[in-house]
Amino acid sequence: MLHIVNKSATERSSLESCLRMATKGSAVLLIEDAVYAATNGNAAAAKIQAAAADLKIYALGPDLAARGMAGRVLDGVNVVDYGGFVDLVAEHSNCQSWL
Amino acid sequence: MSDMDEMDDGSGVVKKFMFLNRKAPHGTVYALEGLEVVLITAAFDQDVSMVFTDDGVYQLMKGVDTKGIEVKDFSKTYRALEGYDIEKLYVDQVSLDARGLTEDDLIVDVTVLSVDEMANLMAEQDVVISF
Repeated sequence: MLHIVNKSATERSSLESCLRMATKGSAVLLIEDAVYAATNGNAAAAKIQAAAADLKIYALGPDLAARGMAGRVLDGVNVVDYGGFVDLVAEHSNCQSWL
Repeated sequence: MSDMDEMDDGSGVVKKFMFLNRKAPHGTVYALEGLEVVLITAAFDQDVSMVFTDDGVYQLMKGVDTKGIEVKDFSKTYRALEGYDIEKLYVDQVSLDARGLTEDDLIVDVTVLSVDEMANLMAEQDVVISF
């Protein structure tokens, strides 16, 4: 399963719900305002780092850059471009968007 | 007579306006719309404060590059506020801390306020408009 989250973890609960439901080996792709959670010092950073033990965590590079966050990405988070986004969708048999 | 007219139409009355920004810049249109309303308000010679709390502090990040998502980079517009005599920019310390940010990460000079200072600033406004 590929989980896609697009809301800020410091405003909505969607990332937290996603991390609670995602099963081991699943992938989580952070896009739009969700990318803030994958940056150093964010209140959600510890949850992301703990989740990275069992899940593969990705963040969309263009969304990080547009928010001035490109240089602040947490260790263990994989930054992908739009091509990588397409690859992730193609590689997984199903996906869930946490709107 | 002219004095009477001024009283009648309310011109010359200066109120304290606060624009409260609590949303991150690109995920919704609130940040850009709020900024445009502030620029319009500048024409009315009011006592304007612009406040950034919660995810709103992300609006002021340095080093923004929006080419990849093909939207306007309006972060530089915050630097133009000074030219419109909007110089009261306040940022919430707690919100910066929760996001691993400091004043040095921001694109404009701001006054960073504690919770008590921010609460008092809000309480003394005539009008608060939220984005």
